[in-house]
Amino acid sequence: MKLKGTQILLEVLKEENVDIIFGYPGGTVLDIYDQLYKSDLKHILVRHEQGAVHAADGYARATGKVGVCLVTSGPGATNTVTGIATANMDSIPLVVFTGQVPTGLIGNDAFQECDITGITRPCTKHNFLVRNIEELASTIKEAFHIARSGRPGPVLVDLPKDVMATQTDYDPANVKFRNYEVAYKPAPKKMAKVFDMLQAAKKPLIMTGGGVILGKASEELTHLSRKYQIPVTGTLMGLGSFPGSDGLWLGMLGMHGTYYANMAVSHCDFLLAVGVRFDDRVTGTIETFAANAKIVHIDIDPSSINKNVTVDLPIIGDTKATLKDLLRFLEEHHYAQDTVSRKTWLDEIDEWREKVPLTYCQNGEVIKPQYVIETLHKLTCGDALITTEVGQNQMWAAQFFQFDRPNSFISSGGLGTMGFGLPAAIGVKCAFPDKHVVDIAGDGSIQMNIQELATAAQYNIAVKIVLLNNGYLGMVRQWQELFYEKRYSHTDMTYAPDFVKLAEAFGIIGLRATKPSEVEAVLKQGLSVNKPVLMDFRVSREECVYPMVRPGESISQMTLGSREIIN
Amino acid sequence: MEKKAHVISILVHNKPDVLARIAGTLGGKGYNIDSLCVNTTTQNDISKIVMTTAGSQATVTRIENQLQRLVDVISVNDLTNVESIYREMVLVRLNLTAQNSEPVKKAIDMNKWKVIVSGDKYVIVEITGDKTQIDFSLARLEPLGITDITRTGLIALKLED
Ligand SMILES: Cc1ncc(C[n+]2csc(CCOP(=O)(O)OP(=O)(O)O)c2C)c(N)n1
Repeated sequence: MKLKGTQILLEVLKEENVDIIFGYPGGTVLDIYDQLYKSDLKHILVRHEQGAVHAADGYARATGKVGVCLVTSGPGATNTVTGIATANMDSIPLVVFTGQVPTGLIGNDAFQECDITGITRPCTKHNFLVRNIEELASTIKEAFHIARSGRPGPVLVDLPKDVMATQTDYDPANVKFRNYEVAYKPAPKKMAKVFDMLQAAKKPLIMTGGGVILGKASEELTHLSRKYQIPVTGTLMGLGSFPGSDGLWLGMLGMHGTYYANMAVSHCDFLLAVGVRFDDRVTGTIETFAANAKIVHIDIDPSSINKNVTVDLPIIGDTKATLKDLLRFLEEHHYAQDTVSRKTWLDEIDEWREKVPLTYCQNGEVIKPQYVIETLHKLTCGDALITTEVGQNQMWAAQFFQFDRPNSFISSGGLGTMGFGLPAAIGVKCAFPDKHVVDIAGDGSIQMNIQELATAAQYNIAVKIVLLNNGYLGMVRQWQELFYEKRYSHTDMTYAPDFVKLAEAFGIIGLRATKPSEVEAVLKQGLSVNKPVLMDFRVSREECVYPMVRPGESISQMTLGSREIIN
Repeated sequence: MEKKAHVISILVHNKPDVLARIAGTLGGKGYNIDSLCVNTTTQNDISKIVMTTAGSQATVTRIENQLQRLVDVISVNDLTNVESIYREMVLVRLNLTAQNSEPVKKAIDMNKWKVIVSGDKYVIVEITGDKTQIDFSLARLEPLGITDITRTGLIALKLED
């Protein structure tokens, strides 16, 4: 069958079970868009290419599938860079198609030419420039394969205009590409070592990360914890990989982790770290991190091992397969925890939990941001997919919304990209139209991709924005308060649009709450309609996120706001 | 931790920008490449890159792991701890003058350097050897009046598989 490049692209997308793409047209992709016009593939027209990538990213994080976007060359391509880097840091599978000038013009500084494969080399898992039509189909297939195999990540495919206009024979059965799948190798000796370490441990702890969600290993991890009564803490990216409502859950650890999670890490004598990379926001000073513990680190990526924290036993492998093996080994060898020492450990943790619970004080006439999130949790019964922006809003969402399911907390962890939450929510809602999808936002971040409200309005993608409006770049202000003697250099954002009117101008619903008594009613109303809604909560302006580990300190040293407790 | 020179041998798919990826990965993570040699193997679509870098064992392991992550990298081997042979080559041009002609010819004979081009006004000498041998020869050539040199990166081969 003779097909044009543009047709082959759409054929391969169909074979890859792509059901939606997020994109923005332009000169070099006109032919592809013309082909789309004749096809029934769903395309969401965003309002900025960064939004397209975040939307595809949100879609990928919520579904576990590969997210796809399509943009034009030059500025269209460069606009995707922040989105790609965001996905890369969090290992999210994406395929980003960029238009490129015709091959004959590459290198000539042609109109809207840019070396996008060069620009994105350090922030993609891999990228391709398709130089001729013969390699088009196999390259696209390979791109999808690379994006989702091993440690996932974004892959960019640059498509010169002339290649896409050329015809060639296309037979899906004949498309060959390289296979990178690394076969999982069981390691019985290592399992035996874990067994011994666990046997010797009096204070074991599990630390779960994004790799558990990406590896779809939540069930195994939960089973391991519950069966052997091992408490669990998690990184930001690990939220949802273990049920937040479970008594064994200690909440997030690290800079804004719970007191009891950070204390547990600092006092445990055995740490099973699964699918984490020991980011500096998590560890505090490396020397004191889990200083009393034997550390076992399970991760699919060898480059994560011993990168930041030196571990006692690295196990390189797929998180699901490895945990399955571990469970089987423990069972076959009749591992049973010493119930006495385990109870002592869990009691010790409970004492920390009682001493410094995760809390805030909602009194007076000013809305506390944490109260908004707790009420949101109550009203949705936790059954919602939450995206966040970056800053305090993100940390409060992580602390106060209990995540019971994997793929339900969707946030830019590694890069910390403001402007992520709204377009990501659009992508999530496209995947799960019947679920509540809520972007917990700050007033600074929301303005970074606010144009996507038009996208939500156009397709009636009923995302809900819970705007925790403090009139500040809150997280930066918090650092200025704590470390710069309240010199609020360029963080006051009181000059902002009227968000309710802005929502209305975009054709969506705008609501506002200025008093605690209005919070529940506004949330109820916002959640009840099948339309995009922006809810503007005027919250306490100078609320800080606590606990906080100051940069350069051990995670057992926490600032707790008014209740200063330093261990 | 002790810093020392490491020789890393990398097999890669011979793709257009594979070298840029490798150099970029190392440069971007703050590692330095001290010397580099690249060419195809007996298979045209597979190249071997031999690279030298300095660092502690931990740093070098990190470099190996970072390189392994690249899609076009087939294998990465640190040859420093296995028995291998090392070679570099240098081409040296010496301009001949009335004063240096005689000493140059003498030195060439004495050191058994290989002359690959010999003209009235210049000679070009080729020297192959390991790093010490080349450094040694260059030190001897220097006073004779080197006008230009090109030195390859180190290549290396394991003695046994
Ligand atoms: C694109 C981008 N620019 C700058 C920053 C640095 N930064 C981190 S948090 C923050 C403040 C966020 O303010 P806001 O969105 O209002 O949220 P809040 O902290 O008040 O909840 C800034 C500027 C960032 N993370 N991303």
